[in-house]
Order: sequence, then C-alpha cells, then structure tokens
Amino acid sequence: MKKFALQDHGLVPAHILLTVEESDEVLQSYGVDSAHLPKIRVSDPVVKEIGGKVGDVVKIIRNSSTSGESVFYRLVID
Amino acid sequence: MNLSEKEVAKRVEGLPLPRSIRRALEVELQDVEVTEEEFVEIAETVVADYRRSKVEPCEAVGVVAAQSIGEPGTQMTMRTFHYAGVAEINVTLGLPRLIEIVDARKIPSTPTMTIRLEKDYALDRDIAREVAWSIESTNILHLGSMATDLAEMNVLIELNEDALVQRKITAEEVAERLAEGTKLPAEQQANQIIMTPPEPSYRDLLQLVEKIKTISLKGIEGINRVVIRKEGDEYVLYTEGSALKEVIQFQGVDPARTKTNNITEIGDVLGIEAARNAIINEATDTLREQGLSVDVRHIMLVADIMTCDGEVKQIGRHGVSGEKASVLARAAFEVTVNHILDAAVRGDVDDLRGVTENVIVGQPIQLGTGDVKLVAKR
Repeated sequence: MKKFALQDHGLVPAHILLTVEESDEVLQSYGVDSAHLPKIRVSDPVVKEIGGKVGDVVKIIRNSSTSGESVFYRLVID
Repeated sequence: MNLSEKEVAKRVEGLPLPRSIRRALEVELQDVEVTEEEFVEIAETVVADYRRSKVEPCEAVGVVAAQSIGEPGTQMTMRTFHYAGVAEINVTLGLPRLIEIVDARKIPSTPTMTIRLEKDYALDRDIAREVAWSIESTNILHLGSMATDLAEMNVLIELNEDALVQRKITAEEVAERLAEGTKLPAEQQANQIIMTPPEPSYRDLLQLVEKIKTISLKGIEGINRVVIRKEGDEYVLYTEGSALKEVIQFQGVDPARTKTNNITEIGDVLGIEAARNAIINEATDTLREQGLSVDVRHIMLVADIMTCDGEVKQIGRHGVSGEKASVLARAAFEVTVNHILDAAVRGDVDDLRGVTENVIVGQPIQLGTGDVKLVAKR
C-alpha cells in the first residue's frame, strides 16, 4: 500500500484545522454563527487526514484562477 | 526621493487586494521609478478601482451566472455523445456532458481517467505500457480462447503463452482466479484449463461460459481499456472506466496528478474541495472544447453552491432547487402540485423572503435596491 497525502493532489487545496480561538476570530470578523459557514463532512477524506472533529472550523486556502489565492472556511459536520 | 524596489514590493504586499492584482501591480512597478506620493496615489487608484469592480451587495449573481452559462449552452451541439475526443477513447462532450456535471450524476455515461506516471515510468514507452497492462482489467479472452465440449459437458480454455507473459500472469494464477470466481474446481494442465459445471446440463454450461468471461483475472475491475499517449515528453495513460481509489495506489502511478471525470468519485476519494475544483475544471473544459468562453466566476458560483453542504448535490429538483425554504419557490420550479399539496397537509408557512415567491404574490423582490431597508436613528 502506497502512502500518499491527499493534500499533495493537484485538485486538493490546503486544509488547515483552526483552533477554537482562531475560529472564533473568523466568525467574529464575518459576523456569523458557525452554522452559517459552508459545511464539510467529518467523513471527508481530507478532514480525516488532518484529524478534524465535528464542530471544528477548517480553513481552506484555494488556488484561484481569478484572485490567485482565496481563503474559504468550512464547518465540520456529521 | 524614489522608493527602492524592495520598499515598493513590501508596500504592495500590504495593500487590501487579491494576490493576482498585487502580483500584476508589482510587475508593473518593477522598472518605474516612483516617489512616495506617486506610490500612494497609484495604490489609492488601484484599490478604488478594485472596489468598484467588485460585485455590488444585493446583486443577483445567481441569475447572472445562470444566464451566462445558459446562453452559450444554447449554441452547444445537442448530441455529441461519444465524440472521439482523446486518442481512441470515447468521451461524452458538449451539452450532454454539461448536463451530467450539473446533475451530479453518480456515474458519468463515459467514465474515463487520466493517469500520469512517476518520473521513472513516464519517459519510457515500454515501462509505461507495462503499467498500463497491469492496470487494465484482464479477462479470459485477452489471454486465450474458450470452447465448450458438448460431449464431455465441460469448458475448455486454451491459454496463449505470449499473452500470459505479456500480462505477467501464470496459468496457475488464472486457474486459481477462475476457481475463486466461479466457486468450481478448475483443472489446469500446462496452458489448458478445464472447468465442468456442477450439473451436466446444457444451460449450466452456457451460463458457466458467460460467468468465466466476466471474471477479472488481473488488473482493476471496471477499467476496460487503457490507451497510452505521448504528451510532451511523457507518456500518459487514458482509461475507459474509472477506479481512482485503486489506481492511485498503483506502483508507478503519480497519485498527485491522476484524475477521473467522475466528480462523485473525486468527492469520495479526495474530498469535497477537490470535487469543487473538478466541477470547475470539467465544466470549463466542456465549454472550451465547444469554442465557448464563459467567465470562470459563474462556474465557480455553480460549483460552490453544489458543494456548500459538504457533499456534491445537483442543481435541480433533488438538490439546490428542491431544498429551497419557500413552498412557492419550489412549486414554481417542478412538480408544482405535489409541493403545494404536501405544504397544505403539513401546514407550512411561507415567509416570502426569496425572489420567486415575491414575484408570485406581486411584491417588490428583495434584490438590489429592493433589499435595502432604512432604520430610523433615534
């Protein structure tokens, strides 16, 4: 079995697990509840890889063809 | 006094602009001498320009995206099923493919993979072909011929020595796989295998033949054909059939650059963000192949909506449109009577907050200036 980090794949952007403080800061800056964020499943292969739990916020740094780089947040759900 | 190049770069980095604009600005300023005041003016103008070109709050971006994708869609050829696209592999293109993407089909009508190989494998045709053969699903007809003996009531398989060597499988292994697949004993002698159905009936014999044909002896089940093509100086494999999870584990395959056109499969194996990227890439490629250019922002919006719940959902009755909160909005889309009947049975309340339902009842819609509310300051 070959070991391969999913985040090395060309289609997968960088996923970063935020601490509670960091995610509070993000929610505050957007003025929203965590329930308003786009979702990501706890069973998502990348979430499994970075060890996310339900309720965590994942920061995603996408390579964007329009803005070069764009930051996106998703809430880990069941 | 002119600013040094380093100083300019540092200041550009600090501007509230997206990275691509910062890069462009940096490149433009590279060979020009600017003073402090000039730089401030440039920065202010660029930032103001950027702000102006952003989408206004309350703008109906969804409608704009729908129109911008829909109009070129009318110019697409209606039936480009199985247009020979890449090498000899048939892929669905044009409008049917676009519909397939936004419908989030579990399995596309022509699943195909693009497999790129690791450095040591990609440059040599023979090594690349070996990888291709080990991936391609091998059945008995690739390895030899099969005949039924009606007198003895058995199936006689003659294996071809060259084919066995080429596909790196031995007659013993073939017999073992056949026995496993049919749960019947397979008598193997040299390159001959004899299999007998449990009951000596004509029907069982024919069924056994069909069964044997479907057994995958080697390679990955579901990958029926692999074609090698040279791209630049490396060899790339194209497959008919898709099995991403298995293929990325293969010796010689570069997992990071291997992909499939099955978006659901990408979602399962690589996650929702990869699925979003796959939707954008597949949709843009489909449109570009037809000579149409749609701004990628519209497609990004579609991909974002399709993936915002953490799984790929379709644009349509069973997805985005079917999940709208308003009864009237859902009823206006498809299966009107069912929605209204169900809502009546449940006693649903419509808050009239969306666009469609307000158009239906004849109120101003909450878009653009219609969404602005004034609150008096006491």
